[in-house]
Amino acid sequence: MSSGFKPGREGGVVTGFDAAEVSILRSLVTQTLGLIEPGETGDDPLERALGIGASEQSNDPVLARLFPSAYEDGEAAAEFRRYTEATLREGKRADAKAMLDSAEPGRVELTREQAEAWMRALNDVRLTLGTRLEVTEEVHDEIADMSEHDPRYPVYVIYDWLTYLQDTLVRALW
Amino acid sequence: MNVGSTAPTEVERPSIDVRPDLPWLTIVWNDPVNLMSYVTYVFRTVFGYSKEKAEKLMLDVHHKGKAVVSSGTREEMERDAQIMHSYGLWATVQRDS
Repeated sequence: MSSGFKPGREGGVVTGFDAAEVSILRSLVTQTLGLIEPGETGDDPLERALGIGASEQSNDPVLARLFPSAYEDGEAAAEFRRYTEATLREGKRADAKAMLDSAEPGRVELTREQAEAWMRALNDVRLTLGTRLEVTEEVHDEIADMSEHDPRYPVYVIYDWLTYLQDTLVRALW
Repeated sequence: MNVGSTAPTEVERPSIDVRPDLPWLTIVWNDPVNLMSYVTYVFRTVFGYSKEKAEKLMLDVHHKGKAVVSSGTREEMERDAQIMHSYGLWATVQRDS
């Protein structure tokens, strides 16, 4: 199993993955990318050009978590979302694509810029998975106590592994 | 917004709030997914806070459920909240009370 990220040359990071790990990472990032549609904007060409989009929060808990409301007040939240969500979507999609472009079996060396994209993309995957699994802050201990025969076990192990990867990545960038 | 008009028109302005501009706040909320190391990293890189200040804010989020991470004009706070959202942190904007 990957031993996590280590500091690399010129502020970048380095790690290594086997084929199975890369396939898990690619599949999860692709799924998250599938949830985040391109910056959804209205039919008005001017609104599209300005990146003005939908104003309502999604009913899907994952999308509601990835694109949270910035105001308690509904009207202010809608206005903020209208002007920011399209840009946010594009940023998250770009991070996910940057990760897909550089996730290969064997030695993986990332520039600082790529590493930051991986860090955010890994976080989006963890938010997606964590929201679906309804994880709590005790998730690590729950996995330790979970039976290997529990049907949830494999996906929790993957979640724990992603947590480990992201943590080593953050520390390698420190 | 009407963009078709070519001449400026006089509009009746709503009564102006004469209180000095109160600062607005960006608040980051706790959640069970974001890592303590990651949240500290984000506070350090985005706001340029020292390791100590970033860690203190991260611990406030963790233990108290939320922390004020920046203050300023409404526009600045909306920009900060948008950056927090780009990192997957849950941030809201509110007026200091």
